[in-house]
Amino acid sequence: MVKRESTGPSDGKDREGMKRVLQAVVAGSLVLFSSGCGKGRALSVVGSTSVQPFAEVLAQNYHKKFPDRDVVDVQGGGSTAGLVAVSSGLADIGTCSRSLSPEEAKQFTAIVIARDGLAVVVHPSNPVKGLTLQQIRGLFSGRIENWKEIGGPDWTVWPITREEGSGTRESFVNLVMKKDRISDEALVQESNGTVKELVKGIEGAIGYMSLGLVGQEVKALEIDGAVPTAANVLSGGYPLARPFLFVTKGAPSPVAQSFIDYVLSREGQKVLTDEGLVPAK
Amino acid sequence: MKQDKVIKTILMLVALSAIAGLALIAVFIVKEGLPIILRVGPSQFLLTKDWYPREGKFGILSMIVGSLAVMTGAMIIAIVFSMGCAIVLTQFCPKKFVSLLKPSIELLAGIPSVVYGFVGVVTVVPLIRENLGGPGLSMLAASVVLGVMVLPTVTSIAVDALQAVPRAYWEGSIALGATRWQTTRMVMLRAAKSGIVAAIILGMGRAIGETMAVIMVAGNSLALPTSILSPVRTLTSNIALEMGYATGDHRQALFATGLTLFVVIMILNSLALTMSRRRAKSGGGR
Repeated sequence: MVKRESTGPSDGKDREGMKRVLQAVVAGSLVLFSSGCGKGRALSVVGSTSVQPFAEVLAQNYHKKFPDRDVVDVQGGGSTAGLVAVSSGLADIGTCSRSLSPEEAKQFTAIVIARDGLAVVVHPSNPVKGLTLQQIRGLFSGRIENWKEIGGPDWTVWPITREEGSGTRESFVNLVMKKDRISDEALVQESNGTVKELVKGIEGAIGYMSLGLVGQEVKALEIDGAVPTAANVLSGGYPLARPFLFVTKGAPSPVAQSFIDYVLSREGQKVLTDEGLVPAK
Repeated sequence: MKQDKVIKTILMLVALSAIAGLALIAVFIVKEGLPIILRVGPSQFLLTKDWYPREGKFGILSMIVGSLAVMTGAMIIAIVFSMGCAIVLTQFCPKKFVSLLKPSIELLAGIPSVVYGFVGVVTVVPLIRENLGGPGLSMLAASVVLGVMVLPTVTSIAVDALQAVPRAYWEGSIALGATRWQTTRMVMLRAAKSGIVAAIILGMGRAIGETMAVIMVAGNSLALPTSILSPVRTLTSNIALEMGYATGDHRQALFATGLTLFVVIMILNSLALTMSRRRAKSGGGR
């Protein structure tokens, strides 16, 4: 950058302003550059929005326990996005909230870090306590249009689903819908949180979400008589369960392996069970 | 001066790179999106409503209908309110209030769209759900939110158009004995017509391209909307919802959705441009 001497008193003020702007730009880019450098050393974990909150807790605890090891940087984006990021080398570990397809299984190494129940949730004032898989399929495919058809109140059914490609949606389709399509009348939301908000707000709503994230504001239904709890997912009594995966391309790098080892250790698994998940083994 | 030359070159480069960026984007969207339209067949892609990416079915009819319907609703709301604003601000309002009102309307344009969406979700959606029935997330909710969002754009361009009408027109009309409202309706609005049309078309472009606020309040379901209370999915929300996950044909189909949107917006913008050119020409002849 060339610095010029002021040529006259008349434009001295403008010059001063210009100089200040330049200084600000240089300082700004320096800050950006240095923070970029810091990130180069982080282990990046990218993928499922269902796994993300749990991975963040794990990353925090990992950093607390091993402050000298690489920082773990957790990002969302979706299960499939995680796989794409791993295969293109943008991420060290991809997270996935569904089983891999046979083709994907050939390309990637997958490690089950935990299992999660898939809860079917309704409005808290809905008197229906439990449903069969058959009934849930009917509600989501649009064949059952009113809750009174299955012994509920006279409310229109509003199925709420996740967007195409979401790991939660794919698990739900594989476990519940099978060959049936989710009705095209269904409302589409893009995260566990917004599904929950909607179910909380609409009386006739029915949605599905990660069991670990249900909380008190919506009601999780019994399915075929099985109560949705982590214990029932572990015992296999609750039928809707899916794996949470860490995915790498080929064998994990030593840095990635050290984080994976921590997650699978007794301590890491305890963190996950405390957060409402079911341990991997 | 040497310094002038340097700055001129730099500015020229910056300007050119902006245009090159636009050209690159256009080429990229066409390259990514066109093959799948041709493979599926343009009529299949544009005129069927089956969007099942997992089964390889890509039909965006319900999203085209959704986008146009939401845009129409938004424009009805925006036109009513912004024409009201523009007429009051230019014809009936004391100067003191104009200098207060116009900037505050323009300030509306600076609010991020996610904020509009959030306000829509917590106020407009429950209002519709409780008073009109349905899930609340609907074409109507999206139209209301979008209508408010495009209001500042349409208002400020319409105000400029009305202010550009020569003072002599107004004076002449008043001198002939017309009332203020007659003057506004029969002289001012007619004289500013092309500018007002351009304002409306620019507003349409903004409305059809808006994404975040629409995802939050429209419900995004894939069915063809049957009433203003039905949830709808627009072209933009289809892209934004599924982009993160899409691979292969699905990803290309989303680019094709973008291409469709691009074409629609190009048509709207060139219409606006022709309109404002016509205005400039008639303005030159005065």
